[in-house]
Amino acid sequence: MEFTQFKGSEDYVVSKELTDAVNIAMALEKPLLIKGEPGTGKTMLAQAISKALGMELIIWNIKSTTKAQDGLYVYDVVQRLYDSQFGGNTVDDIEKYITLGKLGEAFDSDEQKVLLIDEIDKADLEFPNDLLWELDKMEFYIPETGRTVKAKHRPIVIITSNAEKELPGAFLRRCIFHYIEFPNEELMREIVKVHYPDLEENILTHVMEAFYWIRSIPDIQKKPSTSEVIDWIAAIRAAGIPDDKIRETIPFAGVLLKKNEDIDLMHAKLG
Amino acid sequence: MFEPFFYLLKSRGLPVSLNEWMTLTEALDKGLGGSSFTGFYYLCRSILVKTESNFDKFDAAFLDYFKDVPFPGEIPPEFLKWLSRPQVKTTEINHKRSAWLEDLTLERMEEMLKERLTQQKKEHNKGKFWVGTRGVSPFGHNGAAPVGIRVAGEGRHGGAMAVAGQRRYRDWSDDNTLDTRQFVMAFRLLRQYSSRIDAPKTELDINQTVRETSDNAGNLKIVYGRPRKNTVKLLLLIDSGGSMEYYSRLCSMLFQAATKSNHFKDLKVYYFHNCVYARLYTDPTLDPTKFIKTERVLKNISSDYKVILVGDAFMSLDELDFRSYYSYDAGENSSGLEWLRRIKKRYPHSVWLNPSFHSLINIKSESRRAIEREFKMYPLSQQGLAAGLKKLLRD
Repeated sequence: MEFTQFKGSEDYVVSKELTDAVNIAMALEKPLLIKGEPGTGKTMLAQAISKALGMELIIWNIKSTTKAQDGLYVYDVVQRLYDSQFGGNTVDDIEKYITLGKLGEAFDSDEQKVLLIDEIDKADLEFPNDLLWELDKMEFYIPETGRTVKAKHRPIVIITSNAEKELPGAFLRRCIFHYIEFPNEELMREIVKVHYPDLEENILTHVMEAFYWIRSIPDIQKKPSTSEVIDWIAAIRAAGIPDDKIRETIPFAGVLLKKNEDIDLMHAKLG
Repeated sequence: MFEPFFYLLKSRGLPVSLNEWMTLTEALDKGLGGSSFTGFYYLCRSILVKTESNFDKFDAAFLDYFKDVPFPGEIPPEFLKWLSRPQVKTTEINHKRSAWLEDLTLERMEEMLKERLTQQKKEHNKGKFWVGTRGVSPFGHNGAAPVGIRVAGEGRHGGAMAVAGQRRYRDWSDDNTLDTRQFVMAFRLLRQYSSRIDAPKTELDINQTVRETSDNAGNLKIVYGRPRKNTVKLLLLIDSGGSMEYYSRLCSMLFQAATKSNHFKDLKVYYFHNCVYARLYTDPTLDPTKFIKTERVLKNISSDYKVILVGDAFMSLDELDFRSYYSYDAGENSSGLEWLRRIKKRYPHSVWLNPSFHSLINIKSESRRAIEREFKMYPLSQQGLAAGLKKLLRD
């Protein structure tokens, strides 16, 4: 059998395991659930897939208040009420008051889309369960109009999670799962070098040492990630901190650690 | 074709379903594993395992089932360094976890050790898989595995520390269709509805809309309100193991009822043994690798959580008073009673549910009386739960 294969894109380097997982998910027509710490490029993955396969990307950003229904369609009953005040023919046409959500949009499109459901764990615990049928059958019914929205082309569904909450078992059973590990020092050096090609080697070494040391403190609530270390390097260079002081004193700790408790803890460990 | 592998995974506690197995079969039919063994491994993993915390279990089972994969290797010096550090005292040991070792031959074990050495990137102690001190891994030293290869360290008399090892637990999260409904009903009492939560006004208030529209001489005037939601957040701390084993079914029902009652704004469940000490466990088996520092729970879980402690409060007084009892290597020197007082202080809304509330021995025990001075105690029964929940809402 032949599949469209994903091989990564120019500006997004993927591991073999991750491309495999993407291809498995596409071939089996199942959603791909991506977990991993912030800063491991979960969201970037969907962009890279959409670019590599030349499909449009639809992003559904999940917030704590997001309901499954929002992704399907919204019936603007209020607008219809207002319109009914002034008469006119449009009021009888309910279809006019139905707006498709992100999932509906991806189903209804004439071309295959990449659908990113970003940070699914932000929503209510039951949220993923409410989408089981829709993601399985790739269709949903709109009772107001009696219309069934069915995917013309099954979208490639990428779901990311920061593992803030456990996801329900029934939902997990339907997904292909991949965990992106936090970049190791070697990879992180490469990432940093993309941002600061002229960074001196010894500064980088001290920064890496300090950075991975902080990450290794077990009780840190919010571990610093890629974007923090990039900002931190900028701060250190701007202030001209001597490189041997970097690991010793951890200057500008507030750039790396965003919680007071974490900073206190780090200083306590620093002694 | 690998059906035994499926059952092996299940027996190792991985939640694989037939559904996923069919998916794997389909994937293999489509040739998705590629021709390489590694490809096959990742294919299996991405379909069968859904959380990174189970990767380790999966790896162990995979290695076990698909043996005969050659690995060269010798022990790198940094391994020896970790292993030669001064030991901390061995605490929790579970023989059950190491039962899988007994069928292994020495050759097989040497092979596994080589595999570990190629894969292991960091220090692992107290586990059952990697090379490290303590734990039930057959590799390393000071562990409790009945058989194994000692890597560095001194040999020791087998089983001397395996005092706590006799416990057998049910997995409380397993589906138990027994009558949890009564507990669920009781939990429904624990509701504090409020529309004063910081949610946006999104719900169409029909009554108010009709009223205002009428007042507005029939000109439509739409009124929104905030949705009403239960604001109760619950922290459940359950005693597990030892004398609590008699009540494991009851506790299991309570746990399930609390989980099923999805009307709580948030629910957190941790486990302890006898009394709360420096560590709480996330798993009823008190798996020593899955713990969270009590300190951290107190810090991170805000004081508006309502707390239910479940336990028989039956232990030797030493376990309550003694400072270093069960303090492990957590660097904490508080006694059990001090921990309980800290919980009490942090969470004004807290009760204790006791499954052997009416037993005479329990009533007379000093530990029970000491704990009762700290927490209002109720029996762990439908009525007791209801009464306890009412108390939680009252004060």
